[in-house]
Amino acid sequence: MIPYAPVAAPAAPLARRNPVAKLAAALLFSLPLLATLDPVVPALAIAVELAVAPLFGVPYRLLARRAWPLLLSALGILVTLTLFAAERTGDPLVAAGPLVVTTGVLGTGLGLGLRLLAVALPGVLVFATTDPTDLADALVQNAKASPRFAIGALAAFRLVPLLAEEWRMISMARRARGVDAGRHPVARLRIFGSTAFALLVGAIRRGTRLATAMDARGFDSGVPRTSARRQRFTRADTALLVGAVLVAAGILVTSVALGTYRPLIR
Amino acid sequence: MSAVELRGFGWRHAGRRAWALRDVDLRIEHGERVLLLGASGAGKSTLLAALAGLLAEDSGEQAGIVEIDGLDPRKARERVGIVFQDPQTQLVMARAGDDVAFGLENRGVPVAEIWPRVREALARVGFPYDLQRPTAALSGGEQQRLALAGALALRPGLLLLDEPTANLDPAGAALVRTAIHAAVDADTTLILVEHRVAEALPLVDRVVVLEPGGGVRADGPPATVFAVHGAELVDAGVWVPGPPPAPRRAASPPGEVLLTADRLGLPPRLAPTDLTVRAGEALAVLGPNGAGKSTLALLLGGLLRPGTGRLAATPALAGRHAERPPHRWRAPVLARRIGSVFQNPEHQFVAATVRAELALGPARTGRSAAEIATIVDDLLARLRLDRLADANPYTLSGGQARRLSVATALASAPRLVILDEPTFGQDRRTWWELVDLLAGLRDAGHGIVTVTHDADFVAALADRTLWLGGRPDGGPA
Repeated sequence: MIPYAPVAAPAAPLARRNPVAKLAAALLFSLPLLATLDPVVPALAIAVELAVAPLFGVPYRLLARRAWPLLLSALGILVTLTLFAAERTGDPLVAAGPLVVTTGVLGTGLGLGLRLLAVALPGVLVFATTDPTDLADALVQNAKASPRFAIGALAAFRLVPLLAEEWRMISMARRARGVDAGRHPVARLRIFGSTAFALLVGAIRRGTRLATAMDARGFDSGVPRTSARRQRFTRADTALLVGAVLVAAGILVTSVALGTYRPLIR
Repeated sequence: MSAVELRGFGWRHAGRRAWALRDVDLRIEHGERVLLLGASGAGKSTLLAALAGLLAEDSGEQAGIVEIDGLDPRKARERVGIVFQDPQTQLVMARAGDDVAFGLENRGVPVAEIWPRVREALARVGFPYDLQRPTAALSGGEQQRLALAGALALRPGLLLLDEPTANLDPAGAALVRTAIHAAVDADTTLILVEHRVAEALPLVDRVVVLEPGGGVRADGPPATVFAVHGAELVDAGVWVPGPPPAPRRAASPPGEVLLTADRLGLPPRLAPTDLTVRAGEALAVLGPNGAGKSTLALLLGGLLRPGTGRLAATPALAGRHAERPPHRWRAPVLARRIGSVFQNPEHQFVAATVRAELALGPARTGRSAAEIATIVDDLLARLRLDRLADANPYTLSGGQARRLSVATALASAPRLVILDEPTFGQDRRTWWELVDLLAGLRDAGHGIVTVTHDADFVAALADRTLWLGGRPDGGPA
C-alpha cells in the first residue's frame, strides 16, 4: 500500500487552517471567477494563488509537479480555440493562408485556458496541504456532514492505492493463462473490459469485507459518535473565508474598472 | 465476560438451497477458550458472524436460538469483538492510533477516555510503534496485532478470532499468537477458528468440531477430542497435531535444465539471483517477507521484465522460442511452456464457469474441441471439481478456488509450473491433494518451482531449496 499524506510543510500559516475552511475558501474564491469570460480576471486570480502558495507551505516546484496536467490542458484549449474558433472577431494579428488569428479569438482562448488554471489551482493547494483524516473529521465536526458519509468515504479512499497493484496482478495472471491481445485492437479492448470487470469484482468483495469489519466495530450503529481528534473552527478560519471573498470581489471590480469585464450571461 | 448459548441453531443465506449451519447445540461459559474446528464449508465463519451479530435478519433464514448472555447477538454487539482473516480490509484509518480509536468513537466513549484506552490496548498486544504510525507501513503480522488491539479496546466479553493468522507468514503468525496469548485475560471468553491446530492449542482449553451438514461432531478438552476423533478429523481436513506423514520424494534424479537465471533481479524488489530450474525436480524458494520471492516467481514465469541479469529458457523447454527470453514470448507460447499459479486465485479467473475456465488455456494454445473436452474432464475429476463444473469461479470456497487456479495452470500442459504460496489457508485435505498432484507432475518429468513459507510443504515435497535474503539460521543459501 502506498501511504498518502499531505506533502507540504504542515506548519505553514494557511496550511494549518481548518480543512473545511480551506475547502470553502477555495470554492468562494474560484466560483466568482466563472462569471466572466475575460482573460484579466483569471490572470489576476492566478497571480494571487501563486502569491499565497508559500503561505500554504507549498513550494513552487511541487505546485508545478501537481499542476502540469492542468497546464497542458490549458495550453490545449488555447491552441484549439486559436485554430478552430468559428467566431473570429477583433483585429487580425497573424494571417497565414487560411489561418487568421484575431485579437478576439486569442482573448477568448487565453481567457478559457487561464480560467481552467485559476479555478483548479486552489483545489491543488488545499489537497496538497490537507490530511484526508483531518478533512473527514472537520467535515463531521464543523460542517455537520454525516459520519456515515465522511468516515465511510475516508475508509474507501484508503483502499484506492491497492487497485493499481491489483490491476497489474490481474493483467499478469491473464498473460500467464495465455490471454493477450497482440496488436489486435478489438481483442485489446475486450481484455481491458474483462480485466476491469475482475478488478471491480475484487473491489466490491474488499469493500464488503471492510464494511463488515466497520460494522463489527459499531460504525453507524445509532449511538451518537464521539470524536477522538478535535477540529476547531477559529476566527482565523473565518478570516480566511472573508479574505477569499474580498479578494475575489476585488479582482472582479478591477476587471470592470479596466473595462475588460465580459459577463458570462448578458 | 460473556456466555454463549446455541440451541438447535441454523442459518441459511438468502438465495442458497443448503444450510450453511444447522442443528448446533452448544453452551460456552464465561471465560472459556474454545478452538472451533470443522472442514471447509462446515459453517465456522457463519457461526462467528452470527455471534458477532453480523447476520442481518433479512439476509437469510434462521432456525433455533443463538444468545449471548441471554440476548440476541444483534442487540449484544457491544459485548463482542471480532478479528477477521484479511488485515487490509479491517483497518479503517490511516494512522495506527486513530484506527484503535475508531471503535471507541463509534461506541460514543467520552473523548477523555479514548486515548488512554487506545494506549492500553496497543500495549496489551505489544504494538511496537507510536500512535502516528501509518497503518499502510505495517507488515501483515503488525496489522493483525493492530486489528486485535482495535477489538480489545472495546473491552469485549466475547472475543471471536476468524483465522487471524491464515494470511500471514510464520513469523507474523507467531507474533499474532503471542499477542493473543498475552492480551486475552481470564475475563474474556474466546472463540478461535484456525486450521493449524498445533499452533492454536496453547491458546485454548476446549475444542469444538462442527459437522458439515449439521450438528457438533466432537466437543471437549483437546486431548480427549484428538484421542477419540483424531482419525476422522484428519479425513475431514483438520490439521490435528501429530507427526507429519511420509514425504513424497522424487522417484528419479532431476532431468534436463529448463531455465537458467543469471544475476536475475529487479531492484529494489529482488537482488540479483543465480538459479537453474530442472525437469523432474521440485524446487522450493524460501525467505523472509520482502526478500523478493513473489517477484522471482513472476520473473521465472515470464511475466515481468528483468531489471538486472537475464533469464534464458533452454530448447528443452521452449524449442525455437528459446532464442528469446520468456518475458518476450506471446502469451499462448508462454502458457504452453510455463504455468503460473498466483497467490490470490481470483486474479486468474477469466471465464463465467469452472468448465469454461479450464477450457480457456487449451483453446488459446490451439487444441481441438475433442482434446479440450478430454483435458477438462480429466482435470475436473482429478481436482474434485466435477460437481462444480457449471459454478461461477468467483463463488467457490477458498480450497475450491485454489484447486481451480492450479488446474487452470495445468490445463495447457506446461512443462514447468511455478506456484506462489499455493498452501496458504488450505485445509489438510486440499493441502495433501496439492502435494500429491505436484509430486505426480514432478515424477512425470515436469519442473516445479514453489515460493512458500510453509515448512511442512517443503519437507513433504521439495528436492532442493533456495533461500533468498539469507537463511534464518545463518547457513549457506
